Amino acid sequence: MDTTGRGRPRFSWLTDRWLAGLFVSPTLIILLFIAIYPLIWSLSASFTDRTLLSRPDQINSVGFENYVDLLNDNRAWQRFVVTAQIVVPSVLIELLLGFAVAMLLNRKFGGRGVIMTVILIPMMLSPVVVALFWRFMMQGDGILNYYIQALGGQPVLWLSSPSVIPWSVVLVDVWMWTPFMMLIALAGLSAVPKYLYEAAEVDRAGAWFRFRHITLPIVTPLLMIGIIFRTMDAYKMIDTIFVLVGDRGGAGRAAQTAGLYVYDTAIKGFDTGVGSAYGYIMLVVIIALANLLIRQLNKVKG
Amino acid sequence: MAQINLQNVNKSFGPGVPLAVNDLTLTIEDGEFLVLLGPSGCGKTTTLRMIAGLERQTTGDIRIGERVVNDLRPGDRDIAFVFQFYALYPHLSVRDNIAFPLKAQNLPTEEVNRRVMDVAERLRITHILKSNPGRLPGGEQQRVALGRAMVRQPQAFLMDEPLTNLDASLRADMRVELKHLQHTLGTTMVYVTHDQIEAMSMSHRIAVMDRGVLQQVDTPLNIYRHPQTLFVATFIGSPPMNIVHGRMVGARFVAGDGQFWVELPPAARQYTQHDKRVSFGIRAEDITVGAPGGAGMAGNVVVREPLGDETVYVVSVAGKTLTAKTPPRIRFNPGENVSVKLDPAAIHLFDGDSGRALLPEGWSKHV
Repeated sequence: MDTTGRGRPRFSWLTDRWLAGLFVSPTLIILLFIAIYPLIWSLSASFTDRTLLSRPDQINSVGFENYVDLLNDNRAWQRFVVTAQIVVPSVLIELLLGFAVAMLLNRKFGGRGVIMTVILIPMMLSPVVVALFWRFMMQGDGILNYYIQALGGQPVLWLSSPSVIPWSVVLVDVWMWTPFMMLIALAGLSAVPKYLYEAAEVDRAGAWFRFRHITLPIVTPLLMIGIIFRTMDAYKMIDTIFVLVGDRGGAGRAAQTAGLYVYDTAIKGFDTGVGSAYGYIMLVVIIALANLLIRQLNKVKG
Repeated sequence: MAQINLQNVNKSFGPGVPLAVNDLTLTIEDGEFLVLLGPSGCGKTTTLRMIAGLERQTTGDIRIGERVVNDLRPGDRDIAFVFQFYALYPHLSVRDNIAFPLKAQNLPTEEVNRRVMDVAERLRITHILKSNPGRLPGGEQQRVALGRAMVRQPQAFLMDEPLTNLDASLRADMRVELKHLQHTLGTTMVYVTHDQIEAMSMSHRIAVMDRGVLQQVDTPLNIYRHPQTLFVATFIGSPPMNIVHGRMVGARFVAGDGQFWVELPPAARQYTQHDKRVSFGIRAEDITVGAPGGAGMAGNVVVREPLGDETVYVVSVAGKTLTAKTPPRIRFNPGENVSVKLDPAAIHLFDGDSGRALLPEGWSKHV
């Protein structure tokens, strides 16, 4: 029988390409509504004097006025400084600590699985939960100060002294996200082929050489990816600080990051237009930063 | 340069696991190129790693030169190791990779440079000294790894399948080069491979291992002509030696229901007894395939493999299958009846239980 003469199937118009599009479309539509639409909406809002209470007919376009005002406003820039004060130490400490713990765990020993699980718990908890119990521990008469005093130290005003608050946030972030860096560093360490260390042993290489010329070059690209992830994530941090010291970043706005400033302006200050503009400035800054880091990553990979 | 000596060396990787290396006693002469050959898991790499000190033997002694090195770390044994995956240090240039073992010994810069250049010239890699080894093709990476081994002028080279990751034509070139290199340097070399062509073509002597047990140590030709165990007989040679299992009936080797039999030449008879279980072996090139009705057994062609320089025939003889190699001009078609003649002086007999060769070397001089 001639197989080509079977007649046209009913769905002959449904080519593979169409079918593929059909399968992707639900996701695409949802994505459009929850990501693309708000993005465009807030972009357009950033060029208006829209407030939370504006009726549609009260909204006027103000051009780049919001942006110009913000870029000339020292308080706005101060928020980026505060953000950096928290992001830079957090990521650095997480990197060093995570790498160190990974080096310790990168061998076979009894109970390794249990220890790994315990270490990973912090990053699986909700940031709100973490911030909440740290707030209890950091209170003036909390358990941290109890131990400090028991060891003969002076109590620390973890949550009320403007000079200490950023470091309290760093401490919580480090506690929560060091496991993430450790996980990434561990993946890098286990990718180092064993024979390289053996070659080094035959060649009488010292421990520093092994670390500097075998371990580090192979692990660095992965650590860079960890740094990029953590930087972007810490930069956007709101929830932890919100719960820990309040929505304005505590006394003297000591931990009011850029993200919290958007919240403060757009929601508490009702100023949707200015808040949106600030959000877009944040976006440009983080894109620039991420690009710098990714360029570094490509450099260490080559 | 030094002799390497292993005395009753055992290696166990834990209770319940068969010994990785079982009572190995082996002496590698000063300046010798010895190949450790065997299938994967036979203990050859473990043996090499024990000589290097990357693995500690469970019992037994290892000597390099006059020294017992049992408790010396790899760096103190004065050996160089070449790894299957080259093991070049990433982010160090080719020059720094080669220079590294010398720098680790704190030699003066001038001498380091001189020796690195010397080695680089010998290996013809002077043009890539500044390159990053990770970007070099496999053959050049392997040269760099060799250079790093040579530059130390060690007591011995230990090589763990260094050519396995190269493509076939490069491998053939490197075989020649390695052999030449070892010849000119005169350094003791222990070389692990599972490739019998590498073993046959490069070595002074081959040590064949199987399941942790040393089977035979001898020159390549002796290993081929006089295998001491059934394992060596079947492992070395391509196609492998024809083996037929059976028993002795008087002066005859008989297999199966008695249809396949071979009359032993008189010189071989004293080495077996009536009714002994034996395995009969003969190499493909010692079988002659001829026109039917000629001398020998009647057979039937099953498969013909024309290889150009020779033709391989798989023939069925009295219910047994034999592989024969013939000059290419002899032509029979599958299904054709032929006569199959075995060279009586080239037969092998192995003990049916232990697998040891029954005929001593040189027995066939009297055939």
